[in-house]
Amino acid sequence: MSTYDRSMALTGQPPKSLNRHQKIATLIGMFGLTIMLLAMFNVSFPQKGLWLSISLAAIFTGTLWFSWEAYSHKLPGIKNDGVWFKSISSRGFWGWIAGIALTGFYIVLYFYPEYLGLVRDGDNKGVIALFDPLSKALSGNPASQWFVYGTLYTVAILAFGIKFMWKYRHNRYERIRTMSVMFFQTAFAFIIPEVMARLNGDKILNGGSLPYYDLKNVWPLNYYNFEGYRIKAFLSSGDIGFALLIFGILSIFVITPILTYKYGKRWYCSWVCGCGGLAETAGDSFRQLSDKSLKAWKIERWVVHSVVVFVTLMTTAVVYSYLGTDTSKYWLTKSTFLIGVASLLTLVFAWVMLFKREQLQKDAQYGAIGYFVIIMALIGMHFFSGDGNVFLFKSETLRKSYSFLIGSIFSGVIGTGFYPIFGNRVWCRFGCPMAAILGFQQRLFSRFRITTNGGQCISCGNCSTYCEMGIDVRAYAQKGENIVRSSCVGCGICSAVCPRGVLKLENGPLKGRIDSNQVLLGNDVDLMSLVNQK
Amino acid sequence: MENIVIIGNGIAGVTAARHIRKLSNKRIIIISGETDYFFSRTALMYVYMGHMKFEHIQPYEDWFWEKNRIELMRGFVTQVITENKQLVVDGSRSLHYDKLIIATGSKPNKFGWPGQDLHGVQGLYSKQDLDLLETNAPNKDVCKRAVIVGGGLIGIELAEMLRSRDIPVTFLVRESSFWNGVLPEGESQMINEHISEHHIDLRLSSNLKEIVSDENGKVKSIIVAETGEEITCDMVGLTAGVSPNIDFLKESGIELGRGVKVNRFLETNVEDVYAIGDCAEQHQAIGNRRPIEAVWYTGRMMGETVAQTICGNKIEYRPGHWFNSAKFLDIEYQTYGWVFSERSKKEYEKHFHWRHATEKVCITVAFDKDSRAFLGINTFGIRMRHEVFDRWLTEKKDVDYVVEHLIDANFDPEFYKNYEAEIADKFNTEYGKSIVPKKKSLKRIFQTS
Repeated sequence: MSTYDRSMALTGQPPKSLNRHQKIATLIGMFGLTIMLLAMFNVSFPQKGLWLSISLAAIFTGTLWFSWEAYSHKLPGIKNDGVWFKSISSRGFWGWIAGIALTGFYIVLYFYPEYLGLVRDGDNKGVIALFDPLSKALSGNPASQWFVYGTLYTVAILAFGIKFMWKYRHNRYERIRTMSVMFFQTAFAFIIPEVMARLNGDKILNGGSLPYYDLKNVWPLNYYNFEGYRIKAFLSSGDIGFALLIFGILSIFVITPILTYKYGKRWYCSWVCGCGGLAETAGDSFRQLSDKSLKAWKIERWVVHSVVVFVTLMTTAVVYSYLGTDTSKYWLTKSTFLIGVASLLTLVFAWVMLFKREQLQKDAQYGAIGYFVIIMALIGMHFFSGDGNVFLFKSETLRKSYSFLIGSIFSGVIGTGFYPIFGNRVWCRFGCPMAAILGFQQRLFSRFRITTNGGQCISCGNCSTYCEMGIDVRAYAQKGENIVRSSCVGCGICSAVCPRGVLKLENGPLKGRIDSNQVLLGNDVDLMSLVNQK
Repeated sequence: MENIVIIGNGIAGVTAARHIRKLSNKRIIIISGETDYFFSRTALMYVYMGHMKFEHIQPYEDWFWEKNRIELMRGFVTQVITENKQLVVDGSRSLHYDKLIIATGSKPNKFGWPGQDLHGVQGLYSKQDLDLLETNAPNKDVCKRAVIVGGGLIGIELAEMLRSRDIPVTFLVRESSFWNGVLPEGESQMINEHISEHHIDLRLSSNLKEIVSDENGKVKSIIVAETGEEITCDMVGLTAGVSPNIDFLKESGIELGRGVKVNRFLETNVEDVYAIGDCAEQHQAIGNRRPIEAVWYTGRMMGETVAQTICGNKIEYRPGHWFNSAKFLDIEYQTYGWVFSERSKKEYEKHFHWRHATEKVCITVAFDKDSRAFLGINTFGIRMRHEVFDRWLTEKKDVDYVVEHLIDANFDPEFYKNYEAEIADKFNTEYGKSIVPKKKSLKRIFQTS
């Protein structure tokens, strides 16, 4: 394009210019961040509680004021003016700066928490010390880097959630969905686990102590949920602990399939999940950056399903490693466990191949490959593993590599750090094993679909452009086909930005859900039957 | 191998090419002087507004064409020599065709206004127009005011585009109310209000007298015919409709009216030459349709139809029930069946109109006052399900049935407020009925039982 302003200035001509209020709001927000930055460099604030409150309040106020100024003077409607002119949202200068800053933050958070002021045996320093008063008020314990992260994460979801609700104030689906992610983040991810920690050592836990447990965080997203130390902690914490362990197992094997059947995977990915919550709120400005090419889709399917295989093997190996061999001590032994896992997978695989093969189409063979890799690995585990090791590795090595590669690098550093470069759902799309499993359910047995409204599509491309999962929505809509894609998280933005009312997320009968009406309505009926002959 | 040449890479031409490829192995060449690749014309506005980049409005990735063996050629066809089936491209290159499809679309109307060719005066139709707009109105400092002449769909889109950059806009509309040649009064009135809400200076019943030049041949101001008022401006958008882009065919021997004359098989008077899309003109209008339909959807349908005919399965262009849609700033508009404005409706066509007390939401249902047959519906701010209305029109439901089952046709996102009860209330009061709206039924909607 010819005459775009390529200047690096933060502001410019409308629609990308900032008004004076927005500039002040930016200053206020920056002031809040600066307090934390100063704390990080060990500037010691006298009254930590007060300064923390000031800092968080400033960040919150700055974001809200900025957003209010952006949307309040405008009529309700789609607010994407200038998205591709602003450098922050079009991979321009500020986009890269933000990307680098975020990535740096994640690297420090995961690998060098001591730079944030973490002191293992003793009083915290730096920015973590700044959060001590809040942490002590909630759980009674001093803060950790994870507490700092959790607090900032929650603040981001709340502040940007409100921004998002203003932006889409004409759209009740978006408003209600955003209230839901804000609620689940604040209550389930932030407050409840902290308060639960207060129960540790209490009578009702039989003196045991529960592991930190965000109840909505389901395995395999929560890949560590069934690790030995957590199982021990659950089992040593009386009925409550046992109930939580059972809940963790039911979550993935019972609750998740039922809800996904009824509503699609959106019930989790864009209504409950914390990663989704951040992506939908703080990440909203970057949704248009996801890659929509066919090539990206191919890569996505290979990578995300490999992660599923990886996490299944890793978890099996970890559980395997701490189980015993003696049936008289405990009914679940190493071999029973392996047989159980293999049987379950075989059941699922057989069911899919028998009843759902058509829906899978070409992907069926990849599914088969994945299945056989896992089964062979399980058999191998049985014959070639000893105590504490699986094959030649220690199961601990497998766990650590997963935790490092997937848990830290993929979900954190790349997944969130690269928001301004690859879009806000990189992790959810390419990396999240939970999303892949839910997607599998969504594609094969769910009532959810995005209905295409007859022949109304004008191929404009807003839906595809603003799909954070990189689905080429238009490719289906312009053919009059419904969109039933395993990766769709049901955020509803394609439907919102459609200028012709073509797309509707809905739950309906399974019959005719996929490829339902490849009929571009409004046409001669006889012609359509000809066109649809394949 | 037969050589199919398509002039124009818009929705009509590209649809024809895609379907010919599905049905046959013929060689397909698409010629365009406008762009290398097909793009969605209706989405040009979003590029100027920064919602999308130009690449986003191209529905197919660049490898698509080669993979499907659709050859793309850049250039303007300057002459069609039908005697020996030759095309002249850019005045020199020549190209042979066995079958020719003319799908050259439209061009903006100019009605001989003084000053209509000055710098800073433009229409909004092509990619070139979009580029020109970036020059004429890049921001509110260069373009301190823009005047738009012609109150139709393109006019209001251009107004929305310019407003996204805070450029003050004066909108001259010939009609006494926005688009009231098409829309019934209540709807037209609501859009008038919405235009003003967007701080667009809407001038109804106003015609352009002339465009005044400055010393450099650039627009300086315009003069309103009715009042003689001079409005200073830096850019003038001419959006008083479009007409077929067929000047290059004048010497070709192909019969022309306002557009390329075609029969129901989309054939011209010359053998092996077809015309589709905006540029085609039916000898006789089909039903209530106009002989020239410059609409995205009809272009697509004609493309599908002509592909069948060319691939040996000769069929008529028989469009189904009329439908259309548009967006007026923030208000989405959909129509199914026929709802005519007061100006053009027939004596038997009666309207039921409902408008929300505070929000910009309204509908108009047209029905036959004698048989009570449902004729059509316009909706503003409510999305409707195409499939359901298409079925109701085919099954010739009456208006009472439609009001009773309106919820089945609702296509708004989940959790949206429903207005069906309120609509039925007003209908009952107006016509002394006692219709109780049905609850939404998936069985009825998806016809599963």
